[in-house]
Amino acid sequence: MIGLVAQVGDWPTPVVDWHALAPELVLIAGINLVLATDLLLEEGRKWATATLTGFVLLGAFVPVVTLAVIGGDVRALFDGRYVIDDFALILKALFLLTGYVVVLMSQTELEEGGYYQGEFYVLLLCSVLGMVMMTSSRDLVSVFIALELLSIPAYMLAAWRKRDRKSNEAGVKFYLLGVFASAVLLYGMSLLYGATGSTRFDEIAASLASGDLIGLQIVGITFVIAGFAFKVSAVPFHTWAPDTYEGAPTPVTAFLSVASKAAGFVALVLVIFTAFPTADGVYGPLVWVLAALTMTVGNVIALRQTNIVRMLAYSSVSQGGFILMPLAFVNSGDAAEPALKAVVVYLLVYGFTNLGAFAVVIAVARKTRSGAITSFGGLISYAPGLTVLMTLFLASLAGIPPLGGWIAKFNAFKAVLDAGSGSGYALAVVGAVNTAIAAAYYLRVMREMWMNDPPDGDRAPIVTPAPVATALGITAAGTVVLGIVPGLVLRFADLQDLTGALGG
Amino acid sequence: MIADVVPTPTWYLVLAAVLFGIGAVGVLVRRNPLVLFMCIELMLNAVNLSFVALSRKLGDIGGQTAVFFVLVVAAAEVVVGLGIIVSIIRRRPGATADDLATLKG
Repeated sequence: MIGLVAQVGDWPTPVVDWHALAPELVLIAGINLVLATDLLLEEGRKWATATLTGFVLLGAFVPVVTLAVIGGDVRALFDGRYVIDDFALILKALFLLTGYVVVLMSQTELEEGGYYQGEFYVLLLCSVLGMVMMTSSRDLVSVFIALELLSIPAYMLAAWRKRDRKSNEAGVKFYLLGVFASAVLLYGMSLLYGATGSTRFDEIAASLASGDLIGLQIVGITFVIAGFAFKVSAVPFHTWAPDTYEGAPTPVTAFLSVASKAAGFVALVLVIFTAFPTADGVYGPLVWVLAALTMTVGNVIALRQTNIVRMLAYSSVSQGGFILMPLAFVNSGDAAEPALKAVVVYLLVYGFTNLGAFAVVIAVARKTRSGAITSFGGLISYAPGLTVLMTLFLASLAGIPPLGGWIAKFNAFKAVLDAGSGSGYALAVVGAVNTAIAAAYYLRVMREMWMNDPPDGDRAPIVTPAPVATALGITAAGTVVLGIVPGLVLRFADLQDLTGALGG
Repeated sequence: MIADVVPTPTWYLVLAAVLFGIGAVGVLVRRNPLVLFMCIELMLNAVNLSFVALSRKLGDIGGQTAVFFVLVVAAAEVVVGLGIIVSIIRRRPGATADDLATLKG
């Protein structure tokens, strides 16, 4: 007995870098705080939970900033299973900011709809925590836990309007396909673990690089990519996305289409860049086909949508194709560095732009009570501010300079061309054609707003609630600033850091 | 004789693959949300079996640790999933996955 205790005493105590974990710790404390506050508040004062959630997200932002300012070495925790580097920090910042903007967008909607406010914000914070953890995970198990932590609350958020058929349906479709994807992903992970002998990304990479790939490894990699393809709603795994986006409450849709999708891409970037970079014979063609299909199918279906949210849903499917594009060429030529930059910049720009577009949709739908694209008719005559902002966001999504979307697309194409291979040029051509198709449906909404008359002739001005206006301000600033000075974020996408951390 | 045959980890891997296959086919062909859900659970348990068998084969504890995480997450998923499915069945008794077609296009 004493011997046992002595033995236990000999265990090395893990050294925990509390500063590096501070963003997560602030979020965990915040989740408990909001939950407790919600219990104590009486029904009429539940709005305070929204304010508190906003402060928690901003509070978690502080350590992210201090970590970025201090900079220095990459901080690796728990045997290199949890790593804080520049890549992780910039994406943590994106997720926290997205969470904050979603809180701003939800506030009025939840208050007016009489939904369960306290619980909503607790779940939102849990989901953001999962995303923040995802950026730092460098192990199959921690990636899986982060993925589930961000997905499970999202299933509930999608089904939030409990008595509404559409919301129920959105929730159940998202849930069943999401869990199915998790099972596929996990099976791939178990095979990969068996074939390489480790769950740590650096050890998996070393094992895969040491010899020819065996069958088990190929199946494992394929299943893992397919599992994440569900999360990022890549065609042919996209079927849940439009239904879930339309049925869920609009702020939740904005959250899913930006944050949840970005988290899926972060996971894809991590496994491709750090776990199996040398296996490009397996994931290269797979990602190539996914990217080409995703852009094309998303765009073609978006063309014939009449509901604005559904159109934005298919547009977000097709934007996902552009983010996937550089990932097919991570191991060919000099494409690795530009590919990482392209994905990070695209995720940031897409995040701001898409959130902004949804914020406009929320503001307009408060008056028109409709989701039809025609309900945007003549918006310029009674809501010029919203019209200009929506035009800005749509132009950015279409990739018109000098907005953020242009710089994002430019980087993605540059990375693909840097690969210098025939398949790279072919994918660039597919992408270029799709950029042109996409412009058509973005322009249609613009024409509706600027040229047509209001469908019901009602020109009463729209009152935009202050929180939604703040959200619009943040997203518009992000879209414009990233387009003019993308250098602000480019230094955070340093390939050396991401892969170097795994060596040490 | 039969008693002389000692099961190797490969047997369990094959069993896991078969279970996973049954679950996956079930998800694709069955229409009742609850049965769909059971099929997904079957897939998750196939994953657990596969993790344990591989962990035994490699002589590494990592795979068995992963199983604990999978178990806990699966339990959390059950709670959320049943909540959502129950709220649907309450509104529409006897609903199948095909009836959930208000949203399409």
